[in-house]
Amino acid sequence: MHIIETKNLTKKYGKEVLAVDNLNLEVKEGEIFGLLGPNGAGKTTTLMMLTTLRPPTSGTAKINGFDIIKEPHKVRKSIGIVFQDPSSDEILTGYENLKLHGLLYDMPKELMEKRISEVLKLVDLEKRKNDVVKKYSGGMRRRLELARGLMHRPKILFMDEPTLGLDPQSREHIWKYIEKLAKENKMTIIITTHYMDEADKLCDRLAIIDAGKIVVLNSPKELKKELGGDVIKIKTKKLNANALKKLKYVKKIQKSGGEYCLTVKDASTHLQEILKGTGKIDSVEIHSPTLDDVFLHYTGKAIREDSPEGGWAQKAMNMKTKK
Amino acid sequence: MGELKGIYALWYREFKVFQREKSRVIASIISPILWFLVIGGGIGSFVSLNGLNYQAFIFPGVLMQAALFSSVFFGVYIVWDKKIDFLKEVLVAPLSRTSIFIGKILGGATDTLIQIVILLAVGYAFTASGMLIGLNFSLFSVLLSMAILFIAIVGLVSIGLIIGSQMESPEGFQLIMSFLVFPLFFLSGALFPINNLPAWMAPIVFVNPVTYAVDGLRWALLGSSTFPLILDIAVISVFSIIMVGIGTYAFKKMKL
Ligand SMILES: Nc1ncnc2c1ncn2[C@@H]1O[C@H](COP(=O)(O)OP(=O)(O)O)[C@@H](O)[C@H]1O
Ligand SMILES: [Mg+2]
Repeated sequence: MHIIETKNLTKKYGKEVLAVDNLNLEVKEGEIFGLLGPNGAGKTTTLMMLTTLRPPTSGTAKINGFDIIKEPHKVRKSIGIVFQDPSSDEILTGYENLKLHGLLYDMPKELMEKRISEVLKLVDLEKRKNDVVKKYSGGMRRRLELARGLMHRPKILFMDEPTLGLDPQSREHIWKYIEKLAKENKMTIIITTHYMDEADKLCDRLAIIDAGKIVVLNSPKELKKELGGDVIKIKTKKLNANALKKLKYVKKIQKSGGEYCLTVKDASTHLQEILKGTGKIDSVEIHSPTLDDVFLHYTGKAIREDSPEGGWAQKAMNMKTKK
Repeated sequence: MGELKGIYALWYREFKVFQREKSRVIASIISPILWFLVIGGGIGSFVSLNGLNYQAFIFPGVLMQAALFSSVFFGVYIVWDKKIDFLKEVLVAPLSRTSIFIGKILGGATDTLIQIVILLAVGYAFTASGMLIGLNFSLFSVLLSMAILFIAIVGLVSIGLIIGSQMESPEGFQLIMSFLVFPLFFLSGALFPINNLPAWMAPIVFVNPVTYAVDGLRWALLGSSTFPLILDIAVISVFSIIMVGIGTYAFKKMKL
């Protein structure tokens, strides 16, 4: 049995927006599983359904053996979640928000106090714990949110864009802690992210999703290997693609922005020949494949890490283009 | 055990909010106090009912006014929890919807009863200093009043929660004031005796549960009432039980 199994999980908002489209996936106990996709891909909606906060339009899922529609209460006993948007009470202090969480999850008093100190330290908020959240900066709120989610150590922890907007140093910190949690407590952790490096670093396996559908699912390592070669990025006005396609070690040619992306087997040994075929170029870059390349390979699009946050902006844009 | 702790957690939160927003709470009892002093004192200067001073007569009504406004709006404020996403944190916790509902009601009851205690103290001060005659203050009458109000508050917070849980944004507050809270107040006998009402008004007043709460308070504090106390208590109890029932259901159906 898998700790999470979704069966044709689907969510429609109104008649127009198909946010999650017949999602089928299985997550193994103890793994860190990633949902990687651009904004508006349906990641948050998926988590909302899995955590029983929004009912699916059709399909269902089992969490820890319990059906999210028929046994929501049992599901809630097995899970924890770090939300994408801040959900703490700004009239309470950081400490009080954490205490409230501990009480809601029926933690014994001593354990609760111990964990509160532990997570406050992790997110570097010890000094500010007695300030009301209203006085926190955006990043501090985000960190409090994380601290709260990590407090009660559920069997399955969902994290919606856990390090969104944090500085690189805090991100490293948080990643280490998440890895430690998974390893030491055999926790299953589902994270959503649109950061490639995060997915690559943390996840045992990940599903790349786009427009509510799984595009491909595997370990980051395999995903990169499946591309079948290295990536050569060429900047040029016009590329003689036909000549390159004849070379059998060139697996794929894709255009993204002003650049051409070639997937090439043993790129370094063949670079000379390739450049002969391309004609005049502005610049060239060669690297082993990253998840960015994987994403581009399967969807034909690049993930923009700096795109506006939240599904709502996306939705507003969709609405405009429809009219 | 977990459920009780959860209820405590929700109460704890409401109480902290209450402590930090004291000024808001104090401000909200200014209005009942003004009713008591100005309307009660002003009209009372030339009107008395069967020998009873008008100011004493409306004191139970003023208590009810404070309870009504405070508890309905406390409930409606859940739309704010929704807006700041705090409600998600509560709803995803392993706590039954009934417990969440109870936690909210107890939070609202605490807020409201603190205001009631202040108002009772004002009434007592007036009575003790001899400025007001007719109110009967004893441990029994005070506790009975609080009990009657508590039962009513449970139903009234529930009404607020039912409305708030279905609202998407806090914009409809004014409508709730005009179409729910004011009518419940004005058509309750809080401000006038109900035994000689115009024909169009009597039925409305008699189906209004607030009427029975006010009547019960009159029994406790003035020693006379239109209905038997037991009927008053029965009506508001049934009302509150029904509202809690609907409220728990509304909670389960709430959209985030
Ligand atoms: N509450 C909602 N009402 C209507 N549409 C929504 C709502 N939430 C999300 N959407 C839409 O559903 C799609 C998926 O959004 P979301 O799950 O937030 O994606 P992600 O988390 O991957 O950015 C988007 O098109 C978004 O606009
Ligand atoms: Mg999201």
